[in-house]
Amino acid sequence: MEHVVIIGNGIAGITAARHIRKLSNKKITVISAESDYFFSRTALMYVYMGHMKFEHTQPYENWFWKKNRIELVNAYVNKVDTENKTLLLQNSQAIKFDKLIIATGSKPNMFGWPGQDLKGVQGLYSKQDLELLEANAPNKEICKRAVIVGGGLIGIEMAEMLRSRDIPVTFLVREASFWDIVLPQGESQMINEHIREHHIDLQLNTNLVEIISDENGRAKAVTTDKGETIACNVVGLTAGVSPNVNFLKDSGISLGKGVLVNQFLETNIKDIYAIGDCAEQHQAIGNRRPVEAVWYTGRMMGEALAQTICGRKTPYNPGHWFNSAKFLDIEYQTYGWVFPEVSKKEYEQHFHWRHPKEKICITVAYHKDNKQLLGINTFGIRMRHQIVDRWLTEKRDINYVMEYLKDANFDPEFYSRHEKSIVAHYNSIFNTNITPKKKSWKRIFSNA
Amino acid sequence: MKAIKNIGLLIFLVGLSIFTLLPLTGTFTLSTDNLKKVVTDQNIKSEIFVQELENTVVGKSFNGVSALSSKITTALENANAHHRENKEYNKVMYVGPHDMAATLAKASGEGFIVNNKILMWFLTFGLGIIGALVFILPNVILLGKKGIKNDGIYHEKATNRGWIAWLVFIYLVSFYLLLYFRPEYAVNWTYTLDPLSLWLSGNLAGHWFVYGFMYSVVMTVMAVRMYIKYRHNTYQMVRTTSVLFFQIVFAFLIPEIMVRLQMPYYDFKNIFPLDYDFFFQWNLRSLLNSGGIGLFILVWGIALTLVVVPVMVYFFGKRWYCSWVCGCGGLAETLGDPYRQHSSKSLFSWKIERWLIHGVLVFAVGMTLMTLYSFFTESSTVLGIKTQSVQNAYSFLIGAIFAGVIGTGFYPIFGNRVWCRFGCPLAAYLGFVQRFKSRFRITTNGGQCISCGNCSTYCEQGIDVRAYAQKGENIVRSSCVGCGICSAVCPRGVLNLENGPLEGRINPTEVLLGNDVDLMDLVNKKS
Repeated sequence: MEHVVIIGNGIAGITAARHIRKLSNKKITVISAESDYFFSRTALMYVYMGHMKFEHTQPYENWFWKKNRIELVNAYVNKVDTENKTLLLQNSQAIKFDKLIIATGSKPNMFGWPGQDLKGVQGLYSKQDLELLEANAPNKEICKRAVIVGGGLIGIEMAEMLRSRDIPVTFLVREASFWDIVLPQGESQMINEHIREHHIDLQLNTNLVEIISDENGRAKAVTTDKGETIACNVVGLTAGVSPNVNFLKDSGISLGKGVLVNQFLETNIKDIYAIGDCAEQHQAIGNRRPVEAVWYTGRMMGEALAQTICGRKTPYNPGHWFNSAKFLDIEYQTYGWVFPEVSKKEYEQHFHWRHPKEKICITVAYHKDNKQLLGINTFGIRMRHQIVDRWLTEKRDINYVMEYLKDANFDPEFYSRHEKSIVAHYNSIFNTNITPKKKSWKRIFSNA
Repeated sequence: MKAIKNIGLLIFLVGLSIFTLLPLTGTFTLSTDNLKKVVTDQNIKSEIFVQELENTVVGKSFNGVSALSSKITTALENANAHHRENKEYNKVMYVGPHDMAATLAKASGEGFIVNNKILMWFLTFGLGIIGALVFILPNVILLGKKGIKNDGIYHEKATNRGWIAWLVFIYLVSFYLLLYFRPEYAVNWTYTLDPLSLWLSGNLAGHWFVYGFMYSVVMTVMAVRMYIKYRHNTYQMVRTTSVLFFQIVFAFLIPEIMVRLQMPYYDFKNIFPLDYDFFFQWNLRSLLNSGGIGLFILVWGIALTLVVVPVMVYFFGKRWYCSWVCGCGGLAETLGDPYRQHSSKSLFSWKIERWLIHGVLVFAVGMTLMTLYSFFTESSTVLGIKTQSVQNAYSFLIGAIFAGVIGTGFYPIFGNRVWCRFGCPLAAYLGFVQRFKSRFRITTNGGQCISCGNCSTYCEQGIDVRAYAQKGENIVRSSCVGCGICSAVCPRGVLNLENGPLEGRINPTEVLLGNDVDLMDLVNKKS
């Protein structure tokens, strides 16, 4: 019986394991040093905030693995011996494999800041990071202030977590506006406002210079390039993540930032594959980045690779880009590509509408010549994935999008709808006379 | 603000303490006249019972109801034993000994409580309401910006099965046991509500009136909490208003007013088989003897079950009843909201759920068939089984223990829908329709799910919502009551309650949106 070994029990590795089991009778082993069972990394924040217990982050009950004959090994892989198809574990055990899937995810970026190894300085990625934060910042008496460095999704989540325990937070962001390397200006501005509404001390255009130690080797303050010294007990380093592949350095598996793979997720060595955050495409797919550290891409790579391993060679072939996040109270969804000012293509133009009072807005990106829809960002409005995906496939123009905008609304019942004022705003800018069509189930479910 | 909250809590606890002490206090003296009045009202034919009461109770002053109660229950049991022995069945009293004690105690109360009903109302219910509101209202400011407010739920002793939760559990269970099985201890509570009851129905308050009033008050106060907590979510606001309206108007006010108008007591939204005694002989007789209104209620009650339920579930799902109209659902969605996370999501619980709830449905329907058979053939047994005993067993096991003691008492430990999920026969029936013929579904939004588990954690019905959402599958489970919280707590906008066409309701997405793998193609190749 062929033995498939998967390193990493995150969404990519576990999805691969589950689908291989669905499709075959192969022997499956999943190795992880992080946790006994698969859990949802994205939910760690809710454990700290008291919305859930850790067990709630586990999508499958503990009996699931045995029942599906997926063997779980709690161990750290030191070395991959590609020659002998063997893994060497830290406990000096060896595991032989016929096929190997590397799904080791990411690790937080550390940019060599002075003091980055002090106690009280941490990232937020793993279960161990969560436990560390619980120890470092159990309440506002022990953690009188926290400084978070790096204005991305993990940074704002960490700020939200600490604020849930009333811990004062200073948020150092290198950019001129929050996440403006991804979000267009209007949206980024709105999130700046919202961060400050939550009493988070947001410092834009500010870099960390040094973390200062107390006599016990604990962080006691940070200094910034603005010359300020901020006393704090916890420093959160959230300047992005990079593939967790150090243990592969001398294995002969070719590495770039991550494990280099082709579209079939194959590495340079036969029978060894990489998926999820740690995989790096030789050739970026469409506008996507070569390394995609996104929940659903990990899952999709797992699905695709399971097909390949079970004899139906299938490329990783992601459709239209989409993603979502939540900035404190504001939900964000994106479909297709809406680029910020810094990386916008010359043909890309934006239509932007913002609610006069609430933190709600929408940005539609379109091609300036043929008005073709390129992407949609929404904040505080939920969109129906299926519909926007269809518009992108059908290459609809922005006028069509405005006309049928109601089909794409996915907000709960009784919510006030904004299509009327969005389209009115659109009409006033573009001198058009579009009236939004009533939502139609028939259109939503038609596949044409 | 925190200080205001604490003051509120203190006031609430004072009110609750006085309320809790009331059953143990009070002076009771039964006068000859009052005894005679009860004997006439209750049509008591046992002279032995009356004699014994005259010897041991009448004219004596009792401190606290328990001394009085034991005399009455003993007298009743002795008298009944005597009559049974002598085969004097017309003299046997079929009323429960504790109900008799409650009736006589109600007629015997005197002293401070009875003379200061409105003051006592204020010191119990009044302080409770004021305290609770003072505790809840600062949340408008304390909770900050509108949005999901679940911070600290698993840190608080009240909501994480800590010692406060266990205290509440013990308190609620004791309260229900007392209410169902020792009503004489509720007598002092009934005095405080006599003025309201007299005003509404013209009768003095009984312990069920106390329960109905409390139920409505608790729901109202906790609805205020819901409004504040979910103020960003219009669906929750509208839904909460709806359950509150149906409780206060349909369950509490209309039946009392009907009594005043000499009509039968009837809750127009209580549907068989939840309303399990609708077809009981005494109810049918009472309806048939009540003229036009009785007949209307009979037709209405049958139409609710046979027509309204399937039609409404077809269009809106089971939620139209369970989380918009029903009283049990109403309490679960207001008082029970802080405990919704405790429903078990394990597969094991789901198995138990299916056996239990459908078992109760079979029990209810079987009992009703026996009842109707007995009613029309005027025989007291069916296949040698006494109809009355089956009814009594159902009333005790399901009506009192399951729906009441367990249904509400277990909120803090097993979540707020124990009864609705495991026991309610109407929910089982609504669920069948919802599962197999309804436009309602919770739509999963393409591939946006990140498996965080908020939806599953906060599903009060114990549905593992995430298991569906992460596969891109719509949720069409029969147990879903459509409370909408999964959609509210989802950080990624994945879930939405919708009434749409049947086609596409159970979506065939084998592969999640976003991955352009044509799996159907693969499946075809395989075969």
